[in-house]
Amino acid sequence: MDYFKGTDDYVISKELRDNVNVSIALQRPLIVKGEPGTGKTLLAHAIAKGLGKKFFIWNVKSTTKAQEGLYVYDTVQRLNDARFGDHNVSDIKQYIKLGKLGETFAADEQVVLLIDEIDKADIEFPNDLLNELDEMSFYIPETKETIKAKHRPIVIITSNSERELPDPFLRRCVFHYIDFPAQELMEEIVHVHFPKIENKLLREALKKFYWIREFDMLRKKPSTSELIDWLQALILGGIPVKDVEKEIPFLGTLLKKQEDIDLLQKSGKNHYAYNTSMRTRDVY
Amino acid sequence: MFINFFFNLKSKGIPVSLHEWITLHKAMAMNLNDCSLTNFYHMARSILVKNEIFFDRYDMAFLDTFKDIETTDEMLDKILEGLKKVKELHLSEEEKKQIEQLNLDEVLKNFEEQLKQEHYKNHVGGNKAIGTGGRSTQGAWGYNPAGIRIGQGESRHRKAIQIAEKREFRNYSSDITLDTRQMRVALSHLRSLLPMGIGEKLDLKKTIDLTCKNAGEIELVWQNKEKKSSKVMLLMDVGGSMTPFSELVERLFSASASQISKFKHFYFHNAFYQDLWTDMERNSSTSTMEMLKSEDSDYKVIIVGDAEMAPSELTWANGAIDYWYHNDIPGIVWMQRFKEKFKDAIWLNPLPKRSWEYVHSIRMVRDVFPMFELTLDGLDEGVKYLMTGKCSLYNR
Repeated sequence: MDYFKGTDDYVISKELRDNVNVSIALQRPLIVKGEPGTGKTLLAHAIAKGLGKKFFIWNVKSTTKAQEGLYVYDTVQRLNDARFGDHNVSDIKQYIKLGKLGETFAADEQVVLLIDEIDKADIEFPNDLLNELDEMSFYIPETKETIKAKHRPIVIITSNSERELPDPFLRRCVFHYIDFPAQELMEEIVHVHFPKIENKLLREALKKFYWIREFDMLRKKPSTSELIDWLQALILGGIPVKDVEKEIPFLGTLLKKQEDIDLLQKSGKNHYAYNTSMRTRDVY
Repeated sequence: MFINFFFNLKSKGIPVSLHEWITLHKAMAMNLNDCSLTNFYHMARSILVKNEIFFDRYDMAFLDTFKDIETTDEMLDKILEGLKKVKELHLSEEEKKQIEQLNLDEVLKNFEEQLKQEHYKNHVGGNKAIGTGGRSTQGAWGYNPAGIRIGQGESRHRKAIQIAEKREFRNYSSDITLDTRQMRVALSHLRSLLPMGIGEKLDLKKTIDLTCKNAGEIELVWQNKEKKSSKVMLLMDVGGSMTPFSELVERLFSASASQISKFKHFYFHNAFYQDLWTDMERNSSTSTMEMLKSEDSDYKVIIVGDAEMAPSELTWANGAIDYWYHNDIPGIVWMQRFKEKFKDAIWLNPLPKRSWEYVHSIRMVRDVFPMFELTLDGLDEGVKYLMTGKCSLYNR
């Protein structure tokens, strides 16, 4: 059985690694949820790399239908060919194109499949895939063919929780919530991206970063990927540590909304004074 | 009794199904938790709980079930410190058979004795004591099928009970107030199918029909796609006693504005009368009567306010709180007219529910509009009410 140990360039918590292995052993899809920018999509890349398996991505959009992942029957092409008569149109097989899920089923070896941002699609989308993911097979009525997976693929599903996923679907999966990384883990992650970063700069930047994240009222909290961008900007701009201590240069890389920037500037130098939790329960 | 864990989870309100419970047993049969309670805590959670808002309740159920359990994790750590990893031991088939004849009781007895005598420190090889690469009945990276395997992973530093006790996921629970993202999720349920966009989908049947009629000349027919969208009207109480909640209301506003395709909003102060304000500063306004006449009645109306005011503001002509404002028709009548026009209307109140009974004006407003708390649960239930006309929280 395959055992995922992690890779050099993807820092992974022990719990997540264990859950990945549980899902591989149980042969069930792993649903990964968490704040944007916590490395959900990268996880699947890392698993494929770590296990040395082929990797397929199925990017889900709001208009994606479950059927598209299985196969597409190109009727317009067939009609067109029938019109001009230069193809043998009675062979339907040539108009059936396998989708991403279909491709992984048809593969000759075990592969890793990432179904990215499943919550973007219609509410019916996961329900339509229930049986296919359970049995790892589907039937094409046009050609009277059944496509069955030779090796059950390792399926990773990411969700941004734009929408709740239906219960019957969840029941068949293993679930992991990626918590926002704590400071120590974050240091490790940063070191993967910037192996030569100055310790002092990193510590100061992280201090600022977690301080900003403390604000309850932010419309969009900065995430790991924004921190990486910000550090990149700091390093490229050659900003000395002193300046990071005093103010926050390149705030625009961390906060993407004007309201958030205003809020932070309003809080001014009095760092901790304004940063109070505005939960209504606390008011009363 | 292990099954108690299942019932504890159920009683905490976590939707666990038998399907998942059996999956957990399968995982344990495969020893995926590596005999450790900490690993079990994480594994069981990943299999049984599918939403982080239930993590806190899972922690509580875990505590209830396993708080008195003796965990071996600490002992494991101690032993592991004494063990060093060495090359794996290779035995011939004959030797393996010999070892298999040991029985479990003997093994356990031997194990406990070893533990008492602290024989495990830096022990490599050998046939009896705890150590690495040996043939004794306990230790790691050795060979003995009847033996006790002690952690071949890495050391476990945290005990499951301690993790559960920390209850780190309290913030994800659904009964605290919301951030913008959560609001958007809740509001997205307001969408229902409306036809949108032109000609994106091929109408196969009509295409074939027309093509046949056209003597084989292909004629493509496209049909309109249906898309989910919603119509929502948001009325917000501003000023006065609502000031502490202004940030919260603002969040609801920005969530609705970004989530809902047909979105209208108005402002009022305490109660609404013949004018509805279209800006927060209450400078420009629109006539309520005109609005009631001209708008479609299938808007879902969400009113946000604390509904805390003098009863006279609702019941009297000229009862409005602003001295310069004169209303011939009392506020409560306007509210009833609203309710008559828009069947799907709810009132969200940022005040905690327990305080509602003590305020006279809240009771009066509740008689007109179904009222929900402005929390994630309340919003969810309110949206459910808007979509279906019923929900579990609201039954009067």
